[in-house]
Amino acid sequence: MNALPHPVLNVVGVSKSFGAVEVLSDISFQVGKGETVCVLGPSGSGKSTLLRCINWLEKPDAGHVYLNGEPVGVTSAGVVMNDRRLSQIRTRIGMVFQHFALWPHLTVLQNLIEAPLQVQRRPRAEIHEEALALLAKVGLHDKRDAFPARLSGGQKQRVGIARALAMRPDLLLFDEPTSALDPELVGEVLVVMRDLAHEGMTMVIVTHEMTFAREAATRVLFLDRGRMVETGTPDQFFSRPATERARQFLQRYAAEAVTAQR
Amino acid sequence: MIHDFGIVWDQRGLLMSGLANTALLSVIAAVVSLLLGSALTPAMMSRRRAVAGAARAFVDAMRCIPFLLFAYIVYYGLPSLGINFDNWSAGLAALMLYNTAYMAEILRGAWAAMPREPIEAGTAFGFSGVRLFRRIVLPGLVLSAGPVVGNQLIQIIKDSAFLTIIALPELTHAASSIQSRYYVPFAAFITAVALYWGLCLVVEGGVNVLRRLADARR
Repeated sequence: MNALPHPVLNVVGVSKSFGAVEVLSDISFQVGKGETVCVLGPSGSGKSTLLRCINWLEKPDAGHVYLNGEPVGVTSAGVVMNDRRLSQIRTRIGMVFQHFALWPHLTVLQNLIEAPLQVQRRPRAEIHEEALALLAKVGLHDKRDAFPARLSGGQKQRVGIARALAMRPDLLLFDEPTSALDPELVGEVLVVMRDLAHEGMTMVIVTHEMTFAREAATRVLFLDRGRMVETGTPDQFFSRPATERARQFLQRYAAEAVTAQR
Repeated sequence: MIHDFGIVWDQRGLLMSGLANTALLSVIAAVVSLLLGSALTPAMMSRRRAVAGAARAFVDAMRCIPFLLFAYIVYYGLPSLGINFDNWSAGLAALMLYNTAYMAEILRGAWAAMPREPIEAGTAFGFSGVRLFRRIVLPGLVLSAGPVVGNQLIQIIKDSAFLTIIALPELTHAASSIQSRYYVPFAAFITAVALYWGLCLVVEGGVNVLRRLADARR
């Protein structure tokens, strides 16, 4: 893989263990502006942990993360950042969670406004206007005054995406955004994500949706047992996987897809 | 009987000042025990075993003492150790310490039952420290623990009646002194019961507002 001249995200040699179990081993990759990178791999391969290391929800044991060239979590001198500095950087990395993680005490609109107003301290009128436009974009303008508990899973996740976009992030992270949804609600979320990909949003997406990855990703990373086994364009990866482990992984998915269709 | 209630009506000033004292004692005790309890909660959840153990021991010990006995110990027992209180300080101290244990346990339960993900989302969106607690954690805690804290306030109001035994001029004490002076036990005590009931209704009203807010968000 060629080094990008100005990557939005640069992950260099990240490793992470939980106790004696090594979850991530020396992971390096870059994401350029406007790229949609899908992280694939079997359950327990470290995909989610990798995503959480990017915004330091998980502290990597080794390695560095750079957002637009700026270090995240530890300074170039190797000093761990204070919460304040880290929080500032986190505001530029949006995150969409598997179980939505909306703030239950706030309405849909308030969920979108909360962080831009309280953390970024941007002007209220501007935030409000943008939030309404984002809700219209994800098709939930009429739900703006509802509480999250009153929404379906698909609607919650679309709010989750709109909430992340309201921060005007440089990078958007998705942690298995459709895994907790009923099958018939997956589509409405993927449509929104596909639109974002076309609009040139820079995204890293951990997912099990192979069709989506194949169609929307500009690049695929394949993780297995904490190691990055393979990376390439979706076409390369899905049609001509280079490693045996990737082949096995894809075969298993193809078999499941056939079973599901029957 | 009507005549008895007439006597109680004539003594309404005494009852009202008793009611005011009961309300004052209960509200101060509730606020202070909630504050002390919320300081004790992180100690109960501490990873250091000695800290968590000590906090847990205090809470369990308090919750297993009858309040009447605890009030006796504070007012009559502590002076023999050289610690002297007037009846107001002793009554308030007893109510506050006793209910700190309950409040800590209520908050610990609510905190432990809170889903982690919304708090983690707060962190991911740039909230940290006090701002994370104030904007993301606390509202959820108030909504989920609010009704139980309200119930505890009712418990405090009722427990405060025991403080009549240390001659604190609260509502039960007022009713008791009216009945012993005029021999109108039924009228005096029923009136006191009605006043306790009214006080609890006010608390219950506040709790219901919180409960409605929480239900809309659940």
